[in-house]
Amino acid sequence: MAKYITRRVIYMFITFFLIATATFFLMKALPGSPISSASKLSPSQLAIVEAKYGLDEPVPVQYGKYMLNLAKGDLGNSFQFKNASVTELIVKRLGPSFILGSQGLILGVTIGIMLGMIAALRQNTIWDYGSTLIAIVGISIPSFVFATFLQYWLGVKWGILPVALWKDGWLSSVMPSIALAMGPLATASRFIRTEMVEVLSSDYITLAKSKGASGFEVAFKHAFRNALIPLVTVLGPLAAGLLTGSLVIEQIFAIPGIGEQFVKSIMSNDYSIIMGTTLFFSAFLIVVIFVVDILYGIIDPRIRLSGGNN
Amino acid sequence: MEKILEVKDLELSFHTFAGEVKAIRGVNFDLLKGETLAIVGESGSGKSVTTKSIMRLLPEHSSEFKNGEILFNGKDLTKLTDKEMQKIRGKDISMIFQDPMTSLNPTMPIGKQIMEPILKHRKVSKSEARKVSIDLLRLVGMPKPEARMKQYPHQFSGGQRQRIVIAIALACNPQILIADEPTTALDVTIQAQILELMKDLQKKIDTSIIFITHDLGVVANVADRVAVMYGGRIVEIGTVDEIFYNPQHPYTWGLLSSMPSLDTAEEKLYAIPGTPPDLLHPPKGDAFALRSDYALKIDLEEAPPFFKISDTHYAATWLLHPNAPQVEPPVAIVERMKKYPGSRYYEGTEGGAY
Repeated sequence: MAKYITRRVIYMFITFFLIATATFFLMKALPGSPISSASKLSPSQLAIVEAKYGLDEPVPVQYGKYMLNLAKGDLGNSFQFKNASVTELIVKRLGPSFILGSQGLILGVTIGIMLGMIAALRQNTIWDYGSTLIAIVGISIPSFVFATFLQYWLGVKWGILPVALWKDGWLSSVMPSIALAMGPLATASRFIRTEMVEVLSSDYITLAKSKGASGFEVAFKHAFRNALIPLVTVLGPLAAGLLTGSLVIEQIFAIPGIGEQFVKSIMSNDYSIIMGTTLFFSAFLIVVIFVVDILYGIIDPRIRLSGGNN
Repeated sequence: MEKILEVKDLELSFHTFAGEVKAIRGVNFDLLKGETLAIVGESGSGKSVTTKSIMRLLPEHSSEFKNGEILFNGKDLTKLTDKEMQKIRGKDISMIFQDPMTSLNPTMPIGKQIMEPILKHRKVSKSEARKVSIDLLRLVGMPKPEARMKQYPHQFSGGQRQRIVIAIALACNPQILIADEPTTALDVTIQAQILELMKDLQKKIDTSIIFITHDLGVVANVADRVAVMYGGRIVEIGTVDEIFYNPQHPYTWGLLSSMPSLDTAEEKLYAIPGTPPDLLHPPKGDAFALRSDYALKIDLEEAPPFFKISDTHYAATWLLHPNAPQVEPPVAIVERMKKYPGSRYYEGTEGGAY
């Protein structure tokens, strides 16, 4: 196990390095620069400013410098905000995004699992069809459409929740979290239903019934754990979906999250923030995928984690 | 002997998209205390469905009891509620399944799986149940049972897993043990071990066994009585000797002839021609008539009733009717009958085995 984890951590660093490299060159391939898109300077002035920030050097040299700083843990300074280090900016913006993302994920996955279980246990009944309908709606309606809908009814018409902004503490996070939860909810319910139906028809379920187990025991003690693997597999991509989903949702609800800042930075070619945020997102995903792999082994003892050489 | 289970006129159908499949069409048999009854027949003959209906393990929304009763200690199992049935399953009647590779829960330690029915049906503490489970594992011949309680199914071989399944089935000393082709998925040496184990355990705990199989070699080895099923009905039932040495139904003849034998010089193995009947549209008369060389005209018109051959031996074929023409069974069957004192071809004791 220790050997496995060491190997995985090394791979994680390699992945991270590759992502950093790819992002850097892709970003440089974008037209314009932080300075050219922000101000109306004459070409000669532009050249002076670019030289000051080292933007006139050849791209490989800039890349080398950036990677050296990155190795030291320095993500550089923002071009948009005066004297603000990228690390500080990201950390400051992380709070709201983290709250929204985790609330959305937990809410979506929990309700999704429940809906999926109900659908599988009450196959081909109104419960099943209802749960399928919710899943289809959740998958096909984009989160921003759903968000606007929520804002109109819950915020404007009924006035239960704040329409937007990040001012009312937890209440502000409710609507965006619900909007974010729809995707994971739909995915989780479909995965759980499909897998539960399959698992419930397997031999060991018949055996469990033949021992005298009740329907509830069969579903939760025997079937549920075996039906979890496919869901755990998509948890990684699901978490990624929440991150990208939050870019849009934060815009709509005017929430000062990391996603909102990310979009702005791309608009204004703020190289250091684009790099910093991308790297942060990838680090997060790499860790999530690692956790998912560890979870596999915990849920299903047949999936043994080993060093690969044995 | 005391009857422990009586199946009377059982009829059961499945509702499918194609229509109603009459899987069991009037099955009658008794199970006596302490005996082993083998149910044989080809795939789709209804043998598994019959036993699953005793356990009420068939999908509830698609299967339906049309007629008949299953009397267990005087209670009709077809009429019980789910809750009442749960109290019987695993306690009074338990089951061993065909494929040990898939019949254990892969994500649960085997100890927990054995303890489950004990905790459910007996009023014992967890540590007591653990002790019983370890004893059970020892009983079924599992080495180092304490250490293996915590292991998962994938850490055991097929034969060992079937032993675990047997341990689970025996956890509450059931009165009836249903074994649904318990050795089919195992290789021959392990088969023999499992069969020996089952025979051994039956003596120890005095349970009745319903043994489903299509392997006649296994039947000869374990059974006291044999019921031959075809097309959702029992066509012949009798003691092992009666079925093997004095068979009366053309289907039983076919089954026995298609069993490889070392005694005959014949090189070609006999196979029953044709395919099993379509139970969506079951044939009017004897379901086997269309595949039988011995079919009479009436076989296509009317299903034959049971004719009595001896107190224990019954067969449903018109050939036994007093007005039926005398037919010669296949040569291999006649050879068998020559060894059996009750049969019309009996030649005395010089024949050998008998």
